[in-house]
Formats: sequence, structure tokens, C-alpha cells
Amino acid sequence: MIPETKKAMSRDQLLWVYQRMTLIRIFEERLKKLVESGVPTGPVHLYVGEEAVAVGICAALDYSDWISSTHRGHGHCIAKGVDVRKMMAEIFGKSTGTNRGKGGSMHITDFQVGMLGVNPIVGMGVTHAVGAALTSKVLGNGRVAAAFFGDGAANFGAIHEAMNLASIWKLAVVFVCENNLYADATPIEFTLAGGSIVNRAAAYGMPGVRVDGQDVFEVWEAADSAVSRARAGQGPTLIECATYRYYGHHQSDNPLRYRSAEEEEAARLRDCIVSFRARVLTEGLLNISDLETIDAENQRLVQEAVEFAKSSPLPEPTELYSDVYGPDFS
Amino acid sequence: MTMKKQTPVRELTFSQAVNEAIRQEMRRDPTIIILGEDIAGAAGRAHLGLAEAWGGPLRATRGLFSEFGPERVLDTPISEMAFMGAAVGAAMTGLRPIVELMFVDLIGCCYDQIMNQAAKMHYMMGGQIQVPMVIRIPYGTHGGPYDTSGGRPGYGGGAAAQHSQTLYSVLAHIPGLKVVVPSSAYSAKGLTISAIRDNGPVVVMEHKALGSAAKGYVPEDPYTLPLGRAAVARCGKDITLCGIGRMTLVCLEAADKLAGEGIDAEVLDVLSLAPLDESAVLESIKRTRRLIVVDEDTPTASMARDIAARVADKGFDWLDAPVKTITSANTPVPFASVLEANYAPRADQVTAVAYELVGK
Repeated sequence: MIPETKKAMSRDQLLWVYQRMTLIRIFEERLKKLVESGVPTGPVHLYVGEEAVAVGICAALDYSDWISSTHRGHGHCIAKGVDVRKMMAEIFGKSTGTNRGKGGSMHITDFQVGMLGVNPIVGMGVTHAVGAALTSKVLGNGRVAAAFFGDGAANFGAIHEAMNLASIWKLAVVFVCENNLYADATPIEFTLAGGSIVNRAAAYGMPGVRVDGQDVFEVWEAADSAVSRARAGQGPTLIECATYRYYGHHQSDNPLRYRSAEEEEAARLRDCIVSFRARVLTEGLLNISDLETIDAENQRLVQEAVEFAKSSPLPEPTELYSDVYGPDFS
Repeated sequence: MTMKKQTPVRELTFSQAVNEAIRQEMRRDPTIIILGEDIAGAAGRAHLGLAEAWGGPLRATRGLFSEFGPERVLDTPISEMAFMGAAVGAAMTGLRPIVELMFVDLIGCCYDQIMNQAAKMHYMMGGQIQVPMVIRIPYGTHGGPYDTSGGRPGYGGGAAAQHSQTLYSVLAHIPGLKVVVPSSAYSAKGLTISAIRDNGPVVVMEHKALGSAAKGYVPEDPYTLPLGRAAVARCGKDITLCGIGRMTLVCLEAADKLAGEGIDAEVLDVLSLAPLDESAVLESIKRTRRLIVVDEDTPTASMARDIAARVADKGFDWLDAPVKTITSANTPVPFASVLEANYAPRADQVTAVAYELVGK
């Protein structure tokens, strides 16, 4: 039974949400195949299964708002609007990538769309979102920053310092914990004292809400009120999203070494895209041709991204030495 | 170091020079903020008539809160990871933060934000953003010789192993960071302004013992000194004494003594550890043919040995004697004054090595 939501998404929002969730899914599934075939190389942390979190949060943000990300960042990037061609090129280490081939999967960044950077030092990106919100406050530009982190990072000191700082300074931050139950290969019951991430919000004087991270409507609703609160100068909110990653921590990780096939199957039964489709079709919010049009378009976008990445030039060898320092001041 | 134009010049302490640099820059550019622990002190106690209890642990930020207010002068909780990280985030999104880390010994609490985040963003993100932030860090031992005449307590009084370190080599080691070490009120103001105006992360190391002690003439108008340049603090022809921060004063003291012995020592004030002004060192030894590097950091993987290695690599043919390094002891910093006085390099050590090299 899908719970009734108090607010309703517009048709445009529904189309956007579906387009972004499925674009992430197709991008990641395609990338998985490519990585398994040997190219591109380098660590890749797939977001498959968690799409409703990134998309539900970003659906509540404006184009000019900021997000910070984690090592598992492709979904956040796509949800915030990073060009998938440039993303794929970056993952391939090409000069046409978002970071001109100098960052790879774990550092994809696009300030043009408010994406502060995928950041694989677990938990550190959250403090950059706090800094972006500090900028908003000092400059008075009303921009909100959403900080994604996982259940693993929930036990990392920087997160706690960041929550405390954002709260005492009433910064426009939305802390988004993607609780996928595993910190790498360690189950949450082995890492989390007190049994709850969301309850920790109270200690920092901010509202905390736990939502079903497989339900994009629930995530969006929580994000929408957190963003409104932040934009009104009332400070940060913590949203804990219960979610699940379908694949391993990275491409070479077999999750069946630390979790059961039954658990995986049960999680897949609550797939965020399947349930979204069922709901919008049952309720007549979108029709099948809307969805099929988006599916076809996404297939094309990802195909185009792969071709773009493969055909793009590698960085010039001298790029090794460029951009160590910024340009000199005059 | 020459002044660009004639402006009123007054005598200021090192801390006053830093304060003036920050104040003048904050007046010029509203995107500059300053944050750290007890930058002001007594935050939120204005209703009791209390404000600026501290003005920074070394008083270098005194008066900034009164002039620029709580929006731009931010007292932080003891959360180095968070406020250093917030400064990185703020720098990437339109502000120019100045962060004060209370002592370099606290760098372990936020080293990731400096070495993995601030230093690497510009490169790792393909040049798409700048990280214009300044990290001001007090460092160093109590300083000065052990005084048995009653001027300083003989039983202790230093701050010991976790509040007295130098550690700048662990910052200079990181590509993407600029690290400068002013040695005087004049270089403190010029380098601080340059650091603020630079478009990347710049660490300014401020020796604790120089804060109120190092007085010097400082032009009133804002001025910059180039980052990545050393300066000849004293010309000489017999030997180069290469000093970093307070060690430049130790070198000058040694040079005075050497002059009395007929040895004409040149003192090169390194000023910038990263980038290092390698050519200034090489030019100096071309003139003097001998080099002693004096460094308050511990010796292993130190700036002293880095400079010595560069000279061995690129200046060997000009040398008439082996390059010598004088560093702090390869130990933690001890507490008791009598021990601390033997920890950091002293002028008498420098002169002894100089005699050895010059052959007198």
C-alpha cells in the first residue's frame, strides 16, 4: 500500500523524477558492463537501487542550490543535472570529462550545476556543503546546500562537527543520510550506537525525519519542507533515507560475502523505479507512453555518453603539470 | 625587500602587522571572512558589555569583531574538521575565508581538509574552481635562550610537545599548497596580504615568539610581497646562512657575531617554503660558496634537508664546503626551560658550524 502524500508533484516534476531516476539506473547498469569488460578502469561505486534518494532530494532543490556528494556519487551528479556525456568521459579519464580527466569517478564535479564534487574521503564533503551554506548566508543569496552521506559516514567525526556548526550558525543545509545498511562490508548493527541515525538530529537541535528512501515521493516531501525551512533561515534538517545498494561497495566487491541473497531479493522487491511506475500508472498521473518516451530517450543519452567518452581524446601528457596552483593574482 | 612607494611608516609588532593586513583587506573586499577559535572571544555576550575577550589566542585578530561584526568574524566551536572544511566549501563558492588554526600542533585534527581537500580541489577538478583561502597557523617553541638571570623562569614555562611544534614541512610537502613563513612585522604584513589575494590555499606560519616581540617598521598602506620569493636579509660574501621564520633572526644574530670574527655572512630569509625560491639559494651560494640551513622543524624529511638536497643536486660545483643543516632535535619538544633551550637551533650553534666551514 502506497501512503497518501500531502503534497502533489506537478506533471513536469513527475516526468523529471522518472527521467532522472531511470537515467541513473541505465547509466550505472551500462557502466557496470563496461567496467566488467575492462574499460574504464579505476574504482567505481554504483548507485543502483538508491536512485529515489538523490532524485527526491534534488527535486526539491533549485538549479542554483548546492549539493555535496560521497564516493557513491554518480546518482547525485545526474540528479543535480551534470551532463552524462562529460561524466562518462571523466570516468574514462578523457580530456572532455567534467574534470578534464584529472578526477575520475570519485571526483566528478560541476560547479555550473551546483555540484560541489564527488568526495571519497568519507564524510568530508558534508563540511563543504556547510561552507557553501555559509557563503549563502554571508552573501545573502538564498542558496541551500544538501549534503549527502552514508550510514558509514554517520559515525565519522566531521559529520557531527558539521551538524553542530550548521545548527549553531543556522545555516541552510539539508543533511541527507543514505542508510543502505552497510559501511563497505560492515553491517550497520555493528557500527551504529543507539540504534538510530535520525535520532542524532535532536542532539544538534535540528529536526530529523526518517523516510522510506525507496519512495521518491516521501523523500521529496521531506526534502521540500527541509529546503523551505533552510531557505527561510531556520537552519538545517537531517533526513535519513532507508535505502539499499543492489551491488557491492565497488565493482570488485561481492556483497554476498556479507549479506544474504534473500535480503537482496527482498530489497529488490521494493525497487524505487518499479514502484514509481506502478503508482503513476495506477493513479493516472502519467501514461505508459510518457514513460516509454523517457526510457527511449535515456537509452539514447547513455549510448551517446559512451560513444562520446570512447571517442574523446586523452589529456595531453603535459596536463600532469597544469592547475597545481590557481592563476596568480595581479 | 624594498617598498614600492613612500607611505607613512610606523613601528608595529608582528601581530599588529598581521592584524593591519587582515583589517585593510577586509575593508577592501566584503567577501573576506575570518573564522577560528576565539578570534573574538566572548561571542554573544554583548548584552553584558563583553566583547572580544581574546581577539585571537595571540591577539592578532583583536578589534576585527568590533569593526566587521559577527557575520564576517566568526568564533567557531572546537571543531577543526568542520570549520576548516566549511572554509574550503566557502572558498569554492564565493568567499575568501581566512582561517586561524590555534596552533600547528592541532593540524592533525583537520589535516585532511588541508592536504586532501583544499590543496587538491583545483587540480582534481580540472581547474574549474579556485580555493582562495588563507590558513594562519602559529607555530614554534617558546624561543629565546635559556635565561638563568631571572628573566625567564628556569623551571619550565614552555608549552611542551603538543603545543610547540613547527611541522611546516608536512604542509610544504603537499602539492597545491603555498606555505609562507614571515620573519618580521614587515614580511608578515606583505605576505599576509599576498596570501589573502592569492587565488589558492595559502598557509601563513606565524612564529609564536615573534607575535609581540618582533617589532619593525611597517608601511601604513597595503602592500604585497611575492609568494615564492626569498629575500636577502643581510649581504655577505663568505657563507650563506639560510633561515626560516624565527631562525632568520637566529641567523642574523649569528652573522653579527661572525662579523666580529672577520667572517662576512649572508643571511637569506627563505620566506616561502612552497614554492621554494630555489634560484635565490643557488644565487647566494654562487657568491658565498658555503651554506648552512637553519630550520626549527625536526630534521627528518625537513625543509632544511630539502634545501640541502637541492643545492647538492644543482649547486654542487659552486660549493667549497659541505652543506650543513642545523635543525631542532629529533625529539618531541620538552617542557623544562633548560631542555627546551637546547631543543631549537641557537646562534652559537650556527657560528660554530660557520667557523668549521670557513676554516677559522
